[in-house]
Amino acid sequence: MTEAITADGIRKRYGDVQAVDGVSLSVRTGEFYGLLGPNGAGKTTTLEILEGIREADEGRVELLGLSPWPRNAKLLPRIGVQFQASAFFNKLTARETIRTFASFYGIGPKAADAMLERVGLTESAGALTDKMSGGQAQRLSIACALVHDPELVFLDEPTTGLDPQARRNLWDLLRDINAEGRTVVLTTHYLDEAEILCDRVSVMDHGKVLRTGAPAALVREIDDTVRIRVESGLLTADRARELLTAAGAVFTNLEDDGVTLALSTDAPGPVLSMLAEQNALRGLEVRGATLEDVFLQLTGREYRA
Amino acid sequence: MTATDDQPRTAPAPASAGGPEKANAFVGLSRVMLLGFVRDKGTLFFTLALPLMFLVLFGVLYKGGGTSHVKVAEVGQVKLLDALKDQKDGPLSVLEITTYTDENAALAKVKKGDLDGMVSEGADGRLVLRFSQADQVKAGTVQGIMNSLVQTANQEASHAAPAFTLDASKVEDDSTKPIQYLTPGLLAYAIAMGAVYGASFTLVTWRKKRVLRRLRLAPISAGTIVGARVLISVVVALAQTALFLAVAQLDYFGLKLTGNWWLVIPLVICATLAFMAIGLVTGSLAKSEESANGMNQLIILPMSFLGGAFIPLDFAPGWLQDVSKVLPLRYLINPAKSVLSQGGGIADALPSMGILLAFTAVLCAVAWRFFNWDDA
Repeated sequence: MTEAITADGIRKRYGDVQAVDGVSLSVRTGEFYGLLGPNGAGKTTTLEILEGIREADEGRVELLGLSPWPRNAKLLPRIGVQFQASAFFNKLTARETIRTFASFYGIGPKAADAMLERVGLTESAGALTDKMSGGQAQRLSIACALVHDPELVFLDEPTTGLDPQARRNLWDLLRDINAEGRTVVLTTHYLDEAEILCDRVSVMDHGKVLRTGAPAALVREIDDTVRIRVESGLLTADRARELLTAAGAVFTNLEDDGVTLALSTDAPGPVLSMLAEQNALRGLEVRGATLEDVFLQLTGREYRA
Repeated sequence: MTATDDQPRTAPAPASAGGPEKANAFVGLSRVMLLGFVRDKGTLFFTLALPLMFLVLFGVLYKGGGTSHVKVAEVGQVKLLDALKDQKDGPLSVLEITTYTDENAALAKVKKGDLDGMVSEGADGRLVLRFSQADQVKAGTVQGIMNSLVQTANQEASHAAPAFTLDASKVEDDSTKPIQYLTPGLLAYAIAMGAVYGASFTLVTWRKKRVLRRLRLAPISAGTIVGARVLISVVVALAQTALFLAVAQLDYFGLKLTGNWWLVIPLVICATLAFMAIGLVTGSLAKSEESANGMNQLIILPMSFLGGAFIPLDFAPGWLQDVSKVLPLRYLINPAKSVLSQGGGIADALPSMGILLAFTAVLCAVAWRFFNWDDA
């Protein structure tokens, strides 16, 4: 079995809203897979159908060769699901929480405490879960999803609301989980996160998968315009335009906002050599397309609440 | 900045499950629910402290009560009354007699309700009684006593042996006290609070916090979850029962348990199930703790008043008593009162237990109809 998840033509409708509109995807065993999309794209519903929390109106899903719907008690010990950080019992400490979750799988308190240690929470083991910081709560939440050593792990926006240190710290943990051979499926709003962590991503919108592939491959697919910026005041916009045209460089969006002189180009070579000749490289930034550009190109820039 | 206590970790330790240790989901869940109960000060207050405070408060207020005295004014000299005044346990023991000289002043007090009756002696041995109809019970009492005084005096005056005699004695033992109805009433109220809130808040909070959804993804059965909740609610209810009986039996309150008092245990268990079923219904309907709280109070308070938890309902109109019959509380209070201190037996408890279980079944079916794993 090389496919951990296969979904074929799944659809789900809520009243007038077609939340999932024919999603097909496959996740290989051991893969780190990302599901991206703006709010309301249908990624949560898709994830819930994969996890077996919701029944699809149409389509077929297999997890580890088994159907997740109806609730399949054979499958449940093999998958781990992390919700947003608040899915804890009232008035329990971190240690009591993970021991309780462990008990559902017949796993004893020692193994549970070891998992707490693993996510770096031993020192706050006695803290009530509602008094923990966002980062600690997310770690606990992930620990609870992993305590029974599942083969397949679903993580729903695990780093939302964390500060940069906590995020990076969590990334290390997620990479380790994947490195142990577990298949990881992740949803996230953060495209840098997906780019760093995921082997492959699917970009979703309006209930459909728009594109699937390795992040780097997706970035390469869109036109590879480079954005070049230097400090303002080294060269006026007019002078730069003149010099570039003389050098035969192709460029667009040349502008100076008083802080930065910026332009876009498909061929950065002539632009950079012109800037070097003019000794106007202070504050130089050359930025290629990112997954964010792919995402915005696929899903549009329109703001959706 | 909340610099987390996280440090970069070294090589990943294998998260190995197994090992010789085992754990049990039922034990784990029961523990969670028990800890959730004992660590929540609000819950402890409303299920234990508040009802117990009511018991102590009402117990002190009604202490020594029993029958209240009937106040009567004696205007001038009334031979019939004076002759009996010194007898401690005579028919006058329920009367509180004050002597008045001014008939009009006494009459005014009767009209105002400060006195229940006024007695004076007219010519020819005629006894004149003026009473107020404001309190019908007292009006009846004062008439009855005076009437029997006159009858007895007449009979004695005729020197004939009475053709009929009445030998009356009350069915309760001599210890009939308010604590006998206060204890089962307030205990039932306490148990209703504990069990209704226990079930409804577990459901609402767990659904809201997505714990229900998480439980659904764990390989445990619904029976394990429900079983753990029932166990903890029953444990709480029995703890309430023990505490109430311990306090009520203090010398100060003086509850005396009768032979089959232990029947209160199966009664409490059946009632707990019925109350939990109410909580399941409100917990399934409510989207938030606030609305669950409102629904619970809307049910528990009228049910407690109509079921006679705070005040005995013997004098309530028939239709009000009929209303209380469709609410489970009275099926705990009435048989509990009977078995705890009035010598009631299994025949008093069994029918009520059956009715409580029937309530449970019906309400569970209703709850199942509205139950949702998720908010969405």
